[in-house]
Amino acid sequence: MTLVSGWGRFPVVDTDILRPRSFEAVGEAVAGASGTVARGNGRAYGDAGIGAIRTIAMTGFDRVRSFDPATGRIRLEAGVLLSDLIDTFGPRGFLPFVVPGTRFVSIGGAIAADVHGKNHHCEGGFGRYVDSILLRTGRGETIEVSREQDSDAFFATVGGMGLTGVILEATIRLRPVETGWIRERVVSASDLDAAMRALDAGDSATYSVAWIDCAARGSDLGRSLIYLGEHAGRAELPDGADAFPLGKDPGLAVPVDLPSMTLNRYSIRAFNELYYRMGARRAGGSHLVSLFPYFFPLDSISAWNRIYGRRGFLQHQCVIPEQGARDVLGDILERISRRGDASFLAVLKKLGQGDGILSFPLPGYTLALDFPIRGDILNFLDEIDRLVVTAGGRLYLAKDARQSRATFEAGYPALQRFKAIRKSLDPAGKIRSRLSQRLFDEVQP
Amino acid sequence: MTSRKTVLVLGGSSDIGRATARAFAKAGYDVQLAGRDVAVLEPDAADLRARYNVEASVSKFDVLDTASFEGFVSGLPALPDVVISIVGLLGTQENAQGDLDHATTIMRSNYEGPALILGLFAEKFLARGSGTIVGVSSVAGDRGRASNYVYGSAKAGFSAFLSGLRARASRGGVHVVTVKPGFVRTRMTEGMKLIGPLTVEAKVVGDAILNAVQRRTDVVYVSGKWRLVMLIIKTLPEAIFKKLKF
Repeated sequence: MTLVSGWGRFPVVDTDILRPRSFEAVGEAVAGASGTVARGNGRAYGDAGIGAIRTIAMTGFDRVRSFDPATGRIRLEAGVLLSDLIDTFGPRGFLPFVVPGTRFVSIGGAIAADVHGKNHHCEGGFGRYVDSILLRTGRGETIEVSREQDSDAFFATVGGMGLTGVILEATIRLRPVETGWIRERVVSASDLDAAMRALDAGDSATYSVAWIDCAARGSDLGRSLIYLGEHAGRAELPDGADAFPLGKDPGLAVPVDLPSMTLNRYSIRAFNELYYRMGARRAGGSHLVSLFPYFFPLDSISAWNRIYGRRGFLQHQCVIPEQGARDVLGDILERISRRGDASFLAVLKKLGQGDGILSFPLPGYTLALDFPIRGDILNFLDEIDRLVVTAGGRLYLAKDARQSRATFEAGYPALQRFKAIRKSLDPAGKIRSRLSQRLFDEVQP
Repeated sequence: MTSRKTVLVLGGSSDIGRATARAFAKAGYDVQLAGRDVAVLEPDAADLRARYNVEASVSKFDVLDTASFEGFVSGLPALPDVVISIVGLLGTQENAQGDLDHATTIMRSNYEGPALILGLFAEKFLARGSGTIVGVSSVAGDRGRASNYVYGSAKAGFSAFLSGLRARASRGGVHVVTVKPGFVRTRMTEGMKLIGPLTVEAKVVGDAILNAVQRRTDVVYVSGKWRLVMLIIKTLPEAIFKKLKF
């Protein structure tokens, strides 16, 4: 047994880790025990990538099977990382259509969480660019699923948190790009209303996201910097610039667990004040930035999760439907600013409709915040969850480590349909994760 | 005809072999992968073609079947510019102490086979007047230790072979690189207790091999820390060294 956790380092639990080298061996691993789930690069924050009993490490399956430069279609094993894909195919003029806030996620993980990026409001999530998936089911079959073939299994697998089976391979479409640069425009917003207006105005931008200062209070509540972006064409680059900037390996690393008091209301407030002022100064015009800092600002610090100390942290990411979102978001931010310990990673962004049956996105605003684990944080987040549920919102399973069944069931009305499809693919319940035990599975008497 | 250079990777399906093939393909080399099981190599060849738009072929090669070596070399699609041997077998020291067959397999896999095949390529390269030969040996060959001297002695023999070959071949325009990786996180070392700061990923070894070929380095310790560690281990007096258990 090995102690394993997600990116948030909470919870830490025991599991057997298997490293199969062939798809046949994956099948044997699934058949061998009740309570197995596949794990990619371990970037889900909570317990999604940890098997109830055993966990199948998939990162060894890192081959590209085929690539067609005429269409951008690529067939990949599930353990290929987006970072690998970007490094290899970026210089050839292709990028993933959708990238989340870190490039160190596997293809299998990106599909299972139907990850979204800064373009979800106009281009949808990762699953929208998946043509087909090779799936090893709990029933013991290896099946190719797509929108046309076994579409129920396909839409349950996109966003299905690995619970429909082990994703072995997938065919996805890449986006042709002229360069690896983004033309970025920063807009400063002095409060929540201005931030939401700026995001609405940014609907036509390919990429838009707001960094929100959770330490700001009173009339400053919700003050934000909104980052809009477009892919830059070759003609926009200055002479002599590399069309594709290289992504540096994370240089700076957090070498040890920092004492959990490193982040306190004073250090966070000081950081946020500085960050807002520096950003506000850049607001107005547009400039070119490499795709790496634009999409993956935290990837440059490896093991940044250690900044929260040994006890780990929780990320709370909810989405609130557009109607009435202003009041709910205001209420949530008010409570958070009163507490004062939400960290600098606070993100507000607009989402569109999700594609998978259990995909997180719905048309509205998503708010993501980190909280160090201490004091009464679990009770506090339960309070926030009640506001989310009342507003018809939900929480992102890839980030979750602690929501209640009631919150989950209220947020995902298509759950019964998902469960029925899962049952048909896995009647004996072979595929089970810690997350599914917590939120999905029948409670054993 | 392509003007690109070609690299042959012996032991192409190992983790270090795959990483090395990727490093060379990324740098524009066409790749020949060789290993015991061609079916296992084919997906890796397809990976190289799809990623880097290079040519990649597969050939059957068994390091214990020395009788097949001449046929293997003449059967390659083209004589490569660079040949890299990543073949090796860690084995189990305790078994090798009493089991002659196991000890023989370790010795042949780490010394006899790699030395003979690279020796054959050296003759071809010298006849042509160019080429680079890379042997992946081990820090374990720097001094025989109680915990792995069967493996270590075979690697020591291989290192000595490469050293002598380098001295001879350098006069004929052929360069020989000895690589000593230290601990690498691979299938071979899975389950072993490795010392974190002295352990690298296979990709680091692949990149180091490419770098050594491009810069014509003679002996590469993939992590500089190992050069220091082995210097200390090599200079310990035998009277002290024999009391150590590692």
